[in-house]
Amino acid sequence: MASESRIESDGLFNAAEVTTSGRPVLRRNEVECFLLSSVDLDSEDDPPRFASLRSGNLILTTHRLIWIPSSQPNASLPSSLPLSSITHIFSHKKSIKSMFHSPRIRFQVDSVVVVTVVFRGKGDFDGFLAKLWECWRGRAWEEDEKSESEASSGSGGGTVAQGLYGNDGTVRMVGLAGILRKEQEQWESTDKSLQDAFQDLNALMSKAKEMVSLAEKMRQKLLSAPSSQNGGGDDEEMGSKEEMQQWMLSVGIISPVTKESAGALYHQELSRQLADFVRIPLEQAGGMISLTDMYYHFNRARGTELISPDDLWQACNLWEKFDVPVMLRKFDSGVKVIQNKSHSDEEVMSRIRTLVTKTETLRTGVTASDAALTLKIAPAMAKEHLLSAETKGLLCRDMSPDGLRFYFNLFPEIDPTDLHLVKDFGTYGEWVKATSLLSV
Amino acid sequence: MQKLADFKLPQFFNYPPCNASRILQPVRDTREKQIHLWKELILDYCKSQKVFLIGIEEDFHLFSNSAIDRSLSHEARETFLSAILGEGHAEWLDKGHRKCPVLWHRIQDWAYIIILFVRENGLEDSVMTVEEIQLEGIDRTILMRALKLVENKGKLALFKGTSADDEGVKFSV
Repeated sequence: MASESRIESDGLFNAAEVTTSGRPVLRRNEVECFLLSSVDLDSEDDPPRFASLRSGNLILTTHRLIWIPSSQPNASLPSSLPLSSITHIFSHKKSIKSMFHSPRIRFQVDSVVVVTVVFRGKGDFDGFLAKLWECWRGRAWEEDEKSESEASSGSGGGTVAQGLYGNDGTVRMVGLAGILRKEQEQWESTDKSLQDAFQDLNALMSKAKEMVSLAEKMRQKLLSAPSSQNGGGDDEEMGSKEEMQQWMLSVGIISPVTKESAGALYHQELSRQLADFVRIPLEQAGGMISLTDMYYHFNRARGTELISPDDLWQACNLWEKFDVPVMLRKFDSGVKVIQNKSHSDEEVMSRIRTLVTKTETLRTGVTASDAALTLKIAPAMAKEHLLSAETKGLLCRDMSPDGLRFYFNLFPEIDPTDLHLVKDFGTYGEWVKATSLLSV
Repeated sequence: MQKLADFKLPQFFNYPPCNASRILQPVRDTREKQIHLWKELILDYCKSQKVFLIGIEEDFHLFSNSAIDRSLSHEARETFLSAILGEGHAEWLDKGHRKCPVLWHRIQDWAYIIILFVRENGLEDSVMTVEEIQLEGIDRTILMRALKLVENKGKLALFKGTSADDEGVKFSV
């Protein structure tokens, strides 16, 4: 609504719409800001320009002052006054006289009429006054006029919700059509925000592309010949080159210049950190742990700033340049593991030997899982150890429908020139005993 | 071909890694030992059972082990038989590598046996057909090779008879 038509009862105020429970019906975009009770509105002029409104609740909204009689019967009807018609608010002078009076506000309407608002109740008078100034200055009605003059069918952006709900949670009755319209408006507003956001995202992406190409150029520059053609200012050139390297490292770019040497600083530090970290998982895994398992443990512990498999690989490879108690090891099968330098293959071999020379296992052999259980290591590690033992001649294998099994290697003890000979001493004899226990 | 049940199998015959139904031992030293044992076993068996020839796909007693329900893979058989051939400087009798002569005596041993046989039976200077030479059921091919070896030493002469496959021998031991 553009300007309010003055269908007034007494020349100044408009009739205010109220609900059945006595709440004011707010307009679209109108927000309730303050409420005071026991308020009189008097005309200062003589003769009075309007009939006094006595004993009511005064409600300040973003758009209006609404006065509602607080008790029935009351001579006066609910009335409202648009803030837009207030031309002046008189400053509140505190005087000795005013200390004995009820607090009051005086303002001028239409440059002519002066209204006195007398507050007879107990309320936050100062707060009300401050809010009155704020709302009057806020001139919310002007925005409404602007948006309504644009001939759009009710797309009011994000302020729609405000208009439907009062500040203190009162709900404005708008009916089903209003609800549907509200939904529609919300969709459109979300859509618009998304479009704006995507605009930003596109802008961000293109910036990112620029950044990447910039970083690449810098990397190329670092890769190119270090000697400057200008001759002078070599130190500066080197200094800034180092700075550039540091900066690139700090954003996670591997420096190509130092790849051949001890390795980029980032990897050095990572390598040391990793060497400290591996101690405990290594212990728990029985002295040997696969690289993939360590990758999992390390990243899990880090939580954020995860490292890539390549970082882990490089960090491990750097260990040989430092004095750390751990090392990287590659088995024939290609499996890579981390183990303590003090790890002794002989010790593992002797444990395996003990395992496979038991009466039961002489006969049945062991699988990688069996060995893993007994040696208390991961099955993949156990398999590596068994394969290693096989290569050393301690074990030999058999492939059965159940899978791969390893046996104590008896071949050395069998004499080709005397096939039936079974020596009294030796594991061959024990094996014969172990198997004959089962023979029918 | 006789199959005597009283050939005693050695203990290691039931040792699963040795039996290698699917694979030979991958580690070289172990594999060489495995092959060696099998070679000796086969030779032993063939000597005791007078087996001169093994067909690789035939039902050779040693190739299947009912005790542990396994039989040797083709690859294993071929490997072991090749070792047999190598030992005796023999060759597969057919292009398809299916027939393997088992020289549990070497050719020169057979040559020596022939000479002994001739002497013990007073057949010096006599003539007989190859067919008539009965030496433990010796396989014809092996016999011919042995005879040729003796011929090289000048102690007999081979000649062809009236029909194509009727060969004769004149000893001059």
